[in-house]
Amino acid sequence: MMAQVFFYTGIFLCVLMLLPLYRAVFGPTVLDRIIGVNAIGSKTTALLVLIGLLYQQVEMFVDIALAYATLNFIAVLATSRYFQKRKGLYEEPTNE
Amino acid sequence: MAPPVNVFSEEKPGDNEKAPNHRGSQPRFGARVLTFLVCFATWIVLSGRFDLFHLALGVIASCIVSTISADILFPVHEFRQLPKMFARFILYLPWLLYKVFQANLNVLYLSFHPRMRERIDPQIITFQSKIKGNMALLIFANSITLTPGTVTVHVSVLGKYTVHAIDAKSAEALPGKMERKVEKIFE
Amino acid sequence: MTVISTILLISGLIFFTGGSVGILRFPDFYARLHPAGKLDTMGLFMTLSGMAVYVLSDFTVSALLTALKIMLIVVFIFITSPTATHAIADAGMRAGLWPWARTREEEK
Repeated sequence: MMAQVFFYTGIFLCVLMLLPLYRAVFGPTVLDRIIGVNAIGSKTTALLVLIGLLYQQVEMFVDIALAYATLNFIAVLATSRYFQKRKGLYEEPTNE
Repeated sequence: MAPPVNVFSEEKPGDNEKAPNHRGSQPRFGARVLTFLVCFATWIVLSGRFDLFHLALGVIASCIVSTISADILFPVHEFRQLPKMFARFILYLPWLLYKVFQANLNVLYLSFHPRMRERIDPQIITFQSKIKGNMALLIFANSITLTPGTVTVHVSVLGKYTVHAIDAKSAEALPGKMERKVEKIFE
Repeated sequence: MTVISTILLISGLIFFTGGSVGILRFPDFYARLHPAGKLDTMGLFMTLSGMAVYVLSDFTVSALLTALKIMLIVVFIFITSPTATHAIADAGMRAGLWPWARTREEEK
């Protein structure tokens, strides 16, 4: 019974990932895309532990989830540092 | 409590004796032992094996880490009040969790509200806080981000905060009760 | 045990849904940081606590270690998520983007 709950939770999480994916693909600025990717990453962390519970191998998948959370954090930090002084960030020229 | 160290300004060589610059001075033995214990506990939780080989590897790795970087986790000039500070921080956590829960319900309500654009009024506010010390500044900034309607945009080393608030009500609430609570931890 | 775990999972999913919808609906990226930074953290806290409760339901040493690891992920997320939010907001501020405001919208 619990396996079914985990299964449908995982499917719901997968569907939920589509909403930030829209923001990541069509976002007006680069920073919107970073936010979208960050949101997808935090959902993936939960999804990885769910997959571990479904396949009865939580010990292994928890390590992968921890590494994924770390990578997600470092990716966001690096990209936001990289884009903070670059052009191409605006959706329109802001000299009003 | 020591005055805050401006890490970006060039310091005169004569100031080094008086200024509590923890990068220059040697880390204490107690800080090393504490770092070693934290590293070793993390190692045991992550490896999950208790035979001699893995424990010995953990001891070696934690020794290397605690020798090199003891002054990062426990800065020297704050070392004496450390147990008291830690206890106060633990007492601060339940209140923070309660505020976080409140904040989440608030944002959840906003994001499902059909006429959301009329309810929010984003604005940027700046204020000068009385908090001193790098760790206290960090904890206060993270607490602001996690609590209702506010996200920290910029913090200067001297304690000047730039905060993005989602409506006027949450902008007025700063710097209120939370600042006093964080200040009480590190006094 | 399973009932508590299911309740925690479902409430976490509600928070996740709110976060995703908020990321789509808010007007500019400073406002989008609010659901992204708070609701995702809370959703992750809820779902991972539910899974930790489920793992602990048959109590052994390895189950305890796994639950501790899951809580380690939660603590890690609680430290890093505000930091990542702050990094994105700082990048926008340094690039000179101004936040969406209702008054400016009315002037146009």
